[in-house]
Amino acid sequence: MANRVPRDPTEQERQAQAKLMAHRGMATWGESVVPLGRFRDAVARAGRALPEAERAAAIAAYTAPLDDPTPVEGPFSRIAVCGGIYSNHHALAALLEDAARRGAEAVYCLGDLGGFGPAPEKVWPLLEAGGVRSLQGNYEESLASGREDCNCGYTDPRDNHFAELSYRYTERSCSPTFKAWMGTLPKRRRVRVGTRELLLVHGSPRRVNEFLFASTSPLPFLEALAARHRCDALLCTHTGLHWHRRLPSGREVVNVGAIGRPANDGRTEVWYALVSASAGAGLDVQLLPLRYDHQALAAEMRAERLPEEFVETVLSGWWTTCLEILPARERAASKF
Amino acid sequence: MTASPENADRAVPRVELRALDTLWFQVGGTVCNLACTHCFISCSPTNHTHDFMTLAQVERYLAEAAALGVREYYFTGGEPFLNPEMEAILEAALRVGPASVLTNGLPLDPRRCARLAALAAASPYSLDLRVSLDGWDAGTNDPIRGTGTFERILEGVRNLHAAGLDPVVTVTEVCREAGSEEGKARFFALLRDLGIEKPRLKVLPVFQIGAEAERGGAYESWQRLREGDAPETGWDHLQCSGCRMATGQGVWVCPILVNEPAGKMGETLADTLAPFPLAHPACWTCHVYGVSCRT
Repeated sequence: MANRVPRDPTEQERQAQAKLMAHRGMATWGESVVPLGRFRDAVARAGRALPEAERAAAIAAYTAPLDDPTPVEGPFSRIAVCGGIYSNHHALAALLEDAARRGAEAVYCLGDLGGFGPAPEKVWPLLEAGGVRSLQGNYEESLASGREDCNCGYTDPRDNHFAELSYRYTERSCSPTFKAWMGTLPKRRRVRVGTRELLLVHGSPRRVNEFLFASTSPLPFLEALAARHRCDALLCTHTGLHWHRRLPSGREVVNVGAIGRPANDGRTEVWYALVSASAGAGLDVQLLPLRYDHQALAAEMRAERLPEEFVETVLSGWWTTCLEILPARERAASKF
Repeated sequence: MTASPENADRAVPRVELRALDTLWFQVGGTVCNLACTHCFISCSPTNHTHDFMTLAQVERYLAEAAALGVREYYFTGGEPFLNPEMEAILEAALRVGPASVLTNGLPLDPRRCARLAALAAASPYSLDLRVSLDGWDAGTNDPIRGTGTFERILEGVRNLHAAGLDPVVTVTEVCREAGSEEGKARFFALLRDLGIEKPRLKVLPVFQIGAEAERGGAYESWQRLREGDAPETGWDHLQCSGCRMATGQGVWVCPILVNEPAGKMGETLADTLAPFPLAHPACWTCHVYGVSCRT
């Protein structure tokens, strides 16, 4: 190695060095630099340290269950619950058949009737004939209120491009009467199954477009959410990915997934939930794969000139768009 | 823009805590191996305004957070990975919820990345790494973050990618074109060149406090929020309606105001379940730019 001739630091290097050392024994307080002790003293006096009883009262007020006048439907001994139909009338027809075969006494849909698939109004007569009890998802909210977008909340330009395409298509393919009907759907429902009370929502009990993914919905959070919204089981959709957790308290949280498009797992089936009263006063929750004529759906989508990216999802089981919303864990399991 | 000197006589508005969903940890204190010229809390190797948090401190807050139903945990500093207990802290957090770590990327050698990947795989919850970068080449990044940092940051990003943990790259608007479509496209192209097929980018505005006040100028007196400035939907768009920041010296309202004693709300999370006055000029930035520090 050649000998290096030591050189004097440049002015820039001297300044950089000074910056690295500038805070020895000092604290930064907003825009000022003050002796560390002064900052620490001010901090020790700042904020509040409530007495234990007041802390307990603050927590009790924060976690207090909320009143909800929603009437309770039922009781049933078994119901089928689906979400995210996304105009997939083939899957909806298959679901009605499958649910009846399995003895479901009622079928619920948690919203997002349109988007993604072809000819959105074709699901309407099926919903009526099947007596499906639906909720308003963000799609129905947007369509019924004349919003310019689906309110999915994407920021990625590519995701937004496809979300916009599918929203525009759905918007112009739905009659005003269908849209008005969507506006009459409730935003939540309460249903008794056996002795347990279920709360059915689209995204979460807090927001229609809140995403409850498995990897970002920790048990303590779900426990607090279900307790605050007074239910034995919370059922939601909106993410398109199904999962089920039994909480330490015995409550259940189920994301029923979507029957409109596959679950980004390389399978062409879609998913829904069957919830039954179990022998021991609890609930039996099953997430079920549902086969339907996905080739027929793909053909119709092509005939309607919907993006080939959407068709690919139907045929391959992998999502090609709207991936931005996936948390790290779900995204890592994704093909695209 | 609604705030102006003429409305200075109007009262300071208060933001309600809608729900404590996001709990931040100033886990690296204000100690950093870099001294970026735009750092809003002037972190440096010698800045001990806040010290590293200990595992025991973090665990105490995690237990309180779980009882309150907190949804996610974020770790920042300073540089979190300078904290010798950081990986144990992350393991503890990932037992109770999803976690994100904001790092400058320099400590991300292959061994650490492999250990982080193992932590992520062992948890049912998501682990996200956010790496800060302030330009698409050494010429734009290094004057802000320090000589030679561009290459070292990219090395950290490469190591994360190799371990299967694609990071979110965070850029600030010190890089002037970062927020434009062309600017984003340049960052996306840079990340794709590293082999990241679906790059993720977060662009943040600058807060004109700390070192940034020296670099780019401090706030003007009219940059304050006043009663009546709230949109019809209230202040729910502000991150302080859904977050708190735990430090070794108590709990602050948000990640931005940790160097303001007035931003401290209490000692425990229970002490901070209360409204906060939006008195600081940085609150104006959050409102006007719609800032959220979360990913």
